[in-house]
Amino acid sequence: MDYFDRFAIPHPSPAIYASMVAIGLTMIAIVIGLTYFKKWGYLWDEWLTTVDHKRIGIMYLISALLMLFRGGVDALMMRAQTAVPDNTLLDAQHYNEVFTTHGVVMIIFMAMPFIYALMNFVVPLQIGARDVAFPRLNALSFWLFFMGAMLFNISFVIGGSPDAGWTSYFPLAGNDFSQSVGTNYYMLSIQIAGIGTLISGINFIVTIFKMRAPNMKLMKMPMFTWTALITNAIVVFAFPVLTIALLLGTMDRLFGTHIFSMTNGGMDMLWANLFWVWGHPEVYILILPAFGIYSEVISTFSRRNLYGYTSMVASIVIISFFSFLVWMHHFFTMGQGPLSNSIFSITTMAIAIPTGIKIFNWLLTMRKGKIRFTVPMLYSVGFIPIFTIGGVTGVMLGMASADYQYHNTMFLVAHFHYTIIPGVVFAMLAGLTYWWPKMFGFMLNERIGKWAFWFVAIGFNVTFFPMFFTGLDGQARRMYTYSEATGFGPLNMLSFVGAIGLAIGFALIVYNVYYSVRHSSRDIGSDPWDARTLEWATQTPVQSYNFARTPQVDSIEALWDLKRKGKPIFKGDIEKIHMPNNSGMPFIMSCIFFVWGFSLVFSMWIPAIITTIAIFACMAYRSFEKDDGHYISVEDIKATEKDWEVLADENR
Amino acid sequence: MKIDNSLPLEYATEQNKMNIFGFWVFIGAEVMLFATLFATYFTLENRIGNGPAGAEIFELTPVLIETLVLLTSSFMIGLGIHAMRIGRKNAMLTFFGITLLLGLTFLGVEIYEFMHYAHVGAGLQVSAFTGILLTTLGTHGAHVTVGLFWGLFIMMQVKKKGITPQTANKSFIFSLYWHFLDVVWIFIFSFIYLKGLM
Ligand code: HEM
Ligand SMILES: [Cu+2]
Repeated sequence: MDYFDRFAIPHPSPAIYASMVAIGLTMIAIVIGLTYFKKWGYLWDEWLTTVDHKRIGIMYLISALLMLFRGGVDALMMRAQTAVPDNTLLDAQHYNEVFTTHGVVMIIFMAMPFIYALMNFVVPLQIGARDVAFPRLNALSFWLFFMGAMLFNISFVIGGSPDAGWTSYFPLAGNDFSQSVGTNYYMLSIQIAGIGTLISGINFIVTIFKMRAPNMKLMKMPMFTWTALITNAIVVFAFPVLTIALLLGTMDRLFGTHIFSMTNGGMDMLWANLFWVWGHPEVYILILPAFGIYSEVISTFSRRNLYGYTSMVASIVIISFFSFLVWMHHFFTMGQGPLSNSIFSITTMAIAIPTGIKIFNWLLTMRKGKIRFTVPMLYSVGFIPIFTIGGVTGVMLGMASADYQYHNTMFLVAHFHYTIIPGVVFAMLAGLTYWWPKMFGFMLNERIGKWAFWFVAIGFNVTFFPMFFTGLDGQARRMYTYSEATGFGPLNMLSFVGAIGLAIGFALIVYNVYYSVRHSSRDIGSDPWDARTLEWATQTPVQSYNFARTPQVDSIEALWDLKRKGKPIFKGDIEKIHMPNNSGMPFIMSCIFFVWGFSLVFSMWIPAIITTIAIFACMAYRSFEKDDGHYISVEDIKATEKDWEVLADENR
Repeated sequence: MKIDNSLPLEYATEQNKMNIFGFWVFIGAEVMLFATLFATYFTLENRIGNGPAGAEIFELTPVLIETLVLLTSSFMIGLGIHAMRIGRKNAMLTFFGITLLLGLTFLGVEIYEFMHYAHVGAGLQVSAFTGILLTTLGTHGAHVTVGLFWGLFIMMQVKKKGITPQTANKSFIFSLYWHFLDVVWIFIFSFIYLKGLM
């Protein structure tokens, strides 16, 4: 039995046992459901083995939404715990675990897949491609992310959650201070998901450089594609740093090396540096695609072309460059000395300049536009003032000497939520609502959507604005409670109320999906928003091959030109189309990765060795496999395209 | 598959071009990976705790052998690709074979080197310096090991299918990988061993 003791939870509570039961029951229900409705084959053929970028996008989307709710529950628990002084809902240890998993889940397992969901679905369509450059690797990326997420999420019922913060600073994260396997989960699950992300990064760079429609010059790419390109470039340069940081962290924890330890020459600050050399670019990985989405949405719903396209492109390139030069602002107070602090202070503040340019461009796009306040547009317009608060407080934090006051207080927490929530969450909700009809063939209900928006926007401000004040008054972050005498009580209660407002907003979004599935019209045509770019020049739902004929593009807004100036996009005859075959390999290999990670978490060497070999065996199999894909015949294409309007239009 | 005969076989199809470009991007990521390792190594180089310093444990002879062997192997794979371009399958396979044998030799010497470190009390857990030294060398060594298997599989495919756009593409990409490992080694040789021995 001793062997199994390691799987026990070091610090249990009734809630955790209840979750265990709930997880068990859900799994059983899923298995029974799939068997009863005979859906195993469907699941395998259509989803688990798919290499279609659109389906992979949808799977990313579903996972991201699930993780949003997991992270959201963590958030509510934290706000509930701190709502009143001396609360005992959670004890210190549980609070540590909850803020750690909240941070990791939201950044790595919610925001990242959400971004890749939209990139997967939209980018190939926007550039007129049939798929990404390496469809199988794309599936592998998704499944690696998914298995990493699963591995992370089982930590709280098997062996214990990580509890050293999402930044996992050493020596706290070392074996001496974090004795449970929690931090092993952190290291390995993020590693697995991170490898997936790196592969995606390579895949999208190649896709965007090599698979654009003929004549689509780089400076003719829609803005979302531009941001996707730059984001993936950051991924390719930043993620290897994380890979090494996690590798070294794993070595310290599993093999007793002394890289980040306090003894035998180890250096704890090295972790902080490596982490943020990845971590700061990471926040721009999150924000740039959001900028792309806003550019698309604002231009569509203002019925104007994007103001200052060239300066938009220039500023994202500059931002991406600077994002690698500011990491030290995360630890101004940890003793670098005045020279480095000053340099990093200046680079940090400099980043606000290109960001400001973008804000003005969006405002100028709206100026004199015929604005339609649809749900995506509401999120985009709401984003501008809220994000500006985030940016301005960022500049405040960027002043090294002033940061001694703000650092690690609730002020900082307010800052980054003021950037990430309007910057990422609003953008993803805007993008989701905007592209939803293309993905699923019906619109989300606008009325419920607007209610949800107001709950989210107001709830957000009520939750986080008070933190600026409690932070300035000295409330430290990550403290599980405070005494009445501090006077933090009322404002924290206000935050809790706001958090409930946010929760209602998200619940409304879920309800909206349910409502719209049942009641929305399916007869929406292929371009319900009267949009401007190529992804709307496809059928709804999009054909497996995307475009029957390769689009001919010579402007940023090809579809708009077609609609307003009658410039045709599709010319020439339909030819047979080559498509990749489905494959179970990415899924199987990722399952093996899951077992590999799990074995390492618990230092179970034999399964770890076996799975390592199995992973390489999968790659060897892939090397020898002969797979030339298949062709879709002209007749089949014609049958699918028969009653589609654009085609009909142009055959006139 | 459209085949463009004006280009070398490894670039002949669209997919081939994308594979090669994608691999270059991958090498970009690998550069960052090793750059991070080197940066970490330089930070920890002198933090030896109670363990030995580099100058006390490095031995020039095995390192020189490793360097020589790896450089030669890089030259060999260059010849292999040349043979491939002029369509000489057997010559190509021979050069690839020699490359892999040299790689194997390199790995053997490296294993000896690791045993030597363990022997002189410079194991993984001794100090920050030994930890990062062995991790950096080990990461390179692991890449070489993967390369040996990968190269072997490619040789088997070339042997069976001949020089086709697919196999040529794979072989060419493998040669890029191998050259890259050589470049990394040159950095290891100069900035870890030579610098450490000085
Ligand atoms: C005008 C641009 C920005 C500036 C000048 C800025 C500045 C800063 C500074 C100086 C800190 C460290 C403060 C401290 O620890 O005391 C910080 C933390 C942070 N910022 Fe920003 N920031 C900006 C934009 C953003 C954006 C766009 C995001 C995300 C999308 C973001 C996310 C974060 C996060 C996640 C943290 C800290 C997390 C932690 O310590 O756990 N920031 N920012
Ligand atoms: Cu930062």
